[in-house]
Amino acid sequence: MTETRSPARIDFDSPTLRRKRRWRAKMDRFTRWYVLVGGLTVLVAITLIFFYLAYVVLPLFKGASISAEEPQSPAWMQQAGMPLALSLEEQNEVGMQISAAGEMIFFNAADGSELSRQALPIPTGAQIVTVAQDLVRPFVALGLSNGQALVVRHSYASVYPEGKRVIVPRVDYPYGEAPITVDPQGRALEHLSLTADDEQLTLAASNASELQVFKLTLEENMLTGETTLESQRIDLPRLAQTVQALYLDPRGQWLYVINGRVSADVFDLRDRTLNGHYKLIDDASNQVTASAQLLGGISLLIGDAKGGINQWFMARGNDGEPQLQRVRGFKLGDAPITQIVAEQRRKGFIALDNKGNLGVFHSTAHRTLLVDKIAEGSGLLTLSPRANHVLLAHEGQLQGFELNNPHPEISWSALWGKVWYESYDKPSYVWQSTSASNDFEPKLSLAPLTFGTLKAAFYAMLLAAPLAIAAAVYTAYFMAPRMRRKVKPVIELMEALPTVILGFFAGLFLAPYVEGHLPGIFSLLLLTPIGIILTGFIWSRLPESIRFRMPEGWESLLLIPVVLLTGWFALSMSPYLETWFFGGDMRLWISHDLGITYDQRNALVVGLAMGFAVIPNIFSIAEDAIFSVPRSLTYGSLALGATPWQTLTRVVILTASPGIFSALMIGMGRAVGETMIVLMATGNTPVMDWNIFQGMRTLAANVAVEMPESEVGGTHYRVLFLAALVLLSFTFVMNTLAEIIRHRLRKKYASL
Amino acid sequence: MTLSAGRGPWIWIGKQAVKQGSLKQWFKSGAPGIWMSGGAVAIAVIMTLGLISVIAVRGLAHFWPADVIEARYAVPGEAPRTIMGEVVQAEEVPLERLKGAGLPVPEDGPKFMTRELIKLGNRELNGSDFAWVVGDWLQDQKKPTDVIALERREWGNFYGYLINVKEDGKIVAEGEAAIPTLRERLDRISELADQIGQLEKVDIGGINYGLERLRLRERGLELDNALDATAQADLAAERSELEARYRTFEDQLVSLRQDFDRDSLTLRDATGRETEVRLANVVHAYQPNAMSTLQKLGFYFAKLWEFLSTDPREANTEGGVFPAIFGTVMMTLIMAVIVTPFGVIAAIYLREYAKQGPLTRLIRIAVNNLAGVPAIVYGVFGLGFFVYVLGGSIDQLFFRESLPSPTFGTPGLLWASLTLAILAVPVVIVATEEGLARIPRSVREGSLALGATKAETLWKVVLPMASPAMMTGLILAVARAAGEVAPLMLVGVVKLAPTLPVNLNYPYLHLDQKIMHLGFHIFDVGFQSPNVEAARPLVYATALLLVLIIAGLNLSAVAIRNRLREKYKALDS
Repeated sequence: MTETRSPARIDFDSPTLRRKRRWRAKMDRFTRWYVLVGGLTVLVAITLIFFYLAYVVLPLFKGASISAEEPQSPAWMQQAGMPLALSLEEQNEVGMQISAAGEMIFFNAADGSELSRQALPIPTGAQIVTVAQDLVRPFVALGLSNGQALVVRHSYASVYPEGKRVIVPRVDYPYGEAPITVDPQGRALEHLSLTADDEQLTLAASNASELQVFKLTLEENMLTGETTLESQRIDLPRLAQTVQALYLDPRGQWLYVINGRVSADVFDLRDRTLNGHYKLIDDASNQVTASAQLLGGISLLIGDAKGGINQWFMARGNDGEPQLQRVRGFKLGDAPITQIVAEQRRKGFIALDNKGNLGVFHSTAHRTLLVDKIAEGSGLLTLSPRANHVLLAHEGQLQGFELNNPHPEISWSALWGKVWYESYDKPSYVWQSTSASNDFEPKLSLAPLTFGTLKAAFYAMLLAAPLAIAAAVYTAYFMAPRMRRKVKPVIELMEALPTVILGFFAGLFLAPYVEGHLPGIFSLLLLTPIGIILTGFIWSRLPESIRFRMPEGWESLLLIPVVLLTGWFALSMSPYLETWFFGGDMRLWISHDLGITYDQRNALVVGLAMGFAVIPNIFSIAEDAIFSVPRSLTYGSLALGATPWQTLTRVVILTASPGIFSALMIGMGRAVGETMIVLMATGNTPVMDWNIFQGMRTLAANVAVEMPESEVGGTHYRVLFLAALVLLSFTFVMNTLAEIIRHRLRKKYASL
Repeated sequence: MTLSAGRGPWIWIGKQAVKQGSLKQWFKSGAPGIWMSGGAVAIAVIMTLGLISVIAVRGLAHFWPADVIEARYAVPGEAPRTIMGEVVQAEEVPLERLKGAGLPVPEDGPKFMTRELIKLGNRELNGSDFAWVVGDWLQDQKKPTDVIALERREWGNFYGYLINVKEDGKIVAEGEAAIPTLRERLDRISELADQIGQLEKVDIGGINYGLERLRLRERGLELDNALDATAQADLAAERSELEARYRTFEDQLVSLRQDFDRDSLTLRDATGRETEVRLANVVHAYQPNAMSTLQKLGFYFAKLWEFLSTDPREANTEGGVFPAIFGTVMMTLIMAVIVTPFGVIAAIYLREYAKQGPLTRLIRIAVNNLAGVPAIVYGVFGLGFFVYVLGGSIDQLFFRESLPSPTFGTPGLLWASLTLAILAVPVVIVATEEGLARIPRSVREGSLALGATKAETLWKVVLPMASPAMMTGLILAVARAAGEVAPLMLVGVVKLAPTLPVNLNYPYLHLDQKIMHLGFHIFDVGFQSPNVEAARPLVYATALLLVLIIAGLNLSAVAIRNRLREKYKALDS
């Protein structure tokens, strides 16, 4: 590098240059790798979206799994015998059982060791005949042989001595330590049902075919803090058959009495009348063997001797009267069902048959998540409040099971089919994901949302497709190049407008404006084409001296004032039309005389606003496709004597039709995924109705509304991910198809 | 209506000859189709320009100090009352609709009546600040020149007459002299307000931030089992130092506030009720009916500047949008910094290094399509992956001391920028690739023939030539990102951010903070505000601002693209 004066003497192989060459080669290799790795990483990262969404959604469709823990044979169980009732607390750490001797024993759920026991204040000489538990709250009622009932509450407190959590069970008697006399004649309470909270207790009991209903209200004196008990007895008629089980509706409306072999009687507790006598099973060789109430107490689950479980609830029948109707059925096996336990947080339940098969089910999703043999023969089963632990008392042994069942609510039928929800009269498509109450049945049907999405897209395309394609045809084929250069940036500007602006404009300006000028809007649709054609015709009859002043390809410019004028005319005519034909208020006329619901933010407004968003998308692709039709084709056609319009319709559009089709598909994809416009320009009510004057809720808007509030990892969260995945797949497929079509078209043009 | 066909001269419509006068023939010639399609273009152009002009007119009109009218409003069958306010909107309404609204309209009157929306202000007296009135029932309309309009920090505008100005309850000016005194004292008030704002936000805010950091440091040490006596003493010393500073600031604040609260005004409203308004509550005071056009223009631009440069007030329905502008710009900047290198590398890989085959074509189609995937999907991905997975892990690793309250495991600026970067990266890739494809082969081959390596050719020849294309791509990406709201609703915007993401507290740039955004501001104020009517003009103004920003970005991208095309035309020849 030092001697560079004379070119002949440059030594290209000097150590410095060699080093430099090596360095350059290294840099080259490095760049290659860098770009390779970097580029691939970016490409992988963007495809990650698809996989991540799928990864979040996948657990929805997995079933349940169960794993058995070591069976325990605790000493207290050997001594106390088979428990009458069993329960687990929230953390799955402490179990509770009630023994026939009238003792409440709390034990460690993991190893079975006894923690504490409490003798219940049962009057001497009386025995426990039956035990009833509240569906959710930790109230237990013991039916005694002397016609009395004892109501006990067991609660659990977490304390932290030495920084470690210890759960301390507690027993108390909010309705008094003395048993409540339910049967004044002192007959044994054979069956019992209770619903209780901190203020009110309702007990239903039976002896043979005799029914007793007893209501207690706890009233606290505001001044003294003393509590007094108010009691009320409801008299009900005697039944013909022996009672098998009783269920109280927590809302205090119904009392369900399962009696005889296969029948159920329903009493209306408010009117104190019999609502009806229902036959639960038609099969003569079958009978009811187990029953339970689902969370919320609306549904009854009836298990039979052939392994079937059927869900029944009160729904309005054809005559408009509420009646007990069979909603759906499940099958556990072929052995008689011995016990059904409902979950305390969801509308799911587990069931056991006498061969020891455990079934895990979900009612709304109509889903059998798991059937597994967990024991030889039957036993007594309990499910933890979080539905993740099962405890089975069986032949003097106690066995725990870890139940993994995070998302039972979702199935194909729950997402896309008609589902018969509790308190509904018939199966329907409903989206209602959350509610204030705890025993709410989530209604997660994507059908109304998909319908809303398609409805919005349909009305948008109704406006956008003809306008955009016509405009593309004109711009590409007829328009003067000078004007074309001016029009295209305007359309590009249209494409660049943020959708939040379109949405806000639609919601705050267009929606009230359309509402006030309905006749004007409709006459606008009618008058504009007429005005345009009329202008064209009048133009054709004008003297040449005027016509020749406008070169061909500038018709649009001429039409701008025409369209403005017809628009102004139509809109200013609107109030007159309204007074003449619609009694001064078309909106009222629509809802009164036509009986159509009218929302201010409706599909018409969405169609207008979203059409606005979609037009430029369709326009630019269609325009491109028409513009790049080889000139030779056009010239050939014109040379053969075809008029320009004939050339356009028979040659140009035909050739470009795949391109136009792909433009429509891309427009559709855009309309389907649009969020802000729909969010702002509709009422976001998930209704399924093609009515143009009603709103809708779309998949995208639904995600935007509900996502921030959903619990991470929960079913609702994953369903929203599913909605996003549906959107992604839909648009991806549409766009890919459109892209492939355009690619083929480009090849075709190249060959022409 | 078939006109006599076959007669008359031939005429030309478009490129064809038809006999004049025949409607049938005219239809057959296809001319209606041409006119109809031409009409579609006209409609599209009118829609775009119409939308923008409606937004522009409504947005810009907001800052104009409208005249205040005073009139007697006499609803038939009721005692007339005096109302005062600005006419915001007027429309002709059919009689039946008014009747439907329960108004006692005359049966035999005209078919239509005007209905006016009047901004009454004085919310604390009237309950609401807007009212619809029937224009025909307004009598004795006048515009008294001594009407004063107050813009207040709370309770919206006030319209009325100024009676006197008080200092500590004692009248200091009355009648004619009241207005100049008010002006003077208002200047003092706004100065004090600035000082208080500085103290509260910067000084005391900084100390609070310091105290919070100390608490986190203590918790961090505790988690590491390193909280010994010396560390505790250090922390206590720092804390007491901060607290001492806090006390001095607080004393200052108290005395400032006392000064601030000194003055008050007595005003009379249209109905003659007298009220007292604290001067501290007043932002502007002006006499719209007495202002000349020039004064109004001056006021207009001052308001416009205030809109761009100040914080929002009254649940975002008044004041400015500066934090939203700042948040939007900050987020787009960070997004641009992330998106450019990655997009360019991916494009270079696809165009220069990858083997061109079916696989590359497939990737290209996929990238193209990702640009068409709904934005909300990116938002869902951003929330699930960035916020909960990445952010959650970052919190576990680096911010254990502040758990369970999340630092990065919650929506924020960084995640918003990243999500938008993913959304915009296909745009950059496509544009850059297009730019790379435009560079003639001869240029590359020339460079290689002179002995440059591929990397050198890329770095010294290809990339500089493609840089305008990258620029175009970047600008388009920024334009798309700036206008996108749906994903941001999930990953990082809030309706009101207490502080800007860049401030004087270490580490100065707070990537974990939530931001305000112009687009979301429009959505929030327009649709979730408690007083939509009052907020509406501001929404239009904000929308106009956003349109201008995005149109500007797009037009500059178009300009760059056109320059680029010219440049390569020269190269090709």
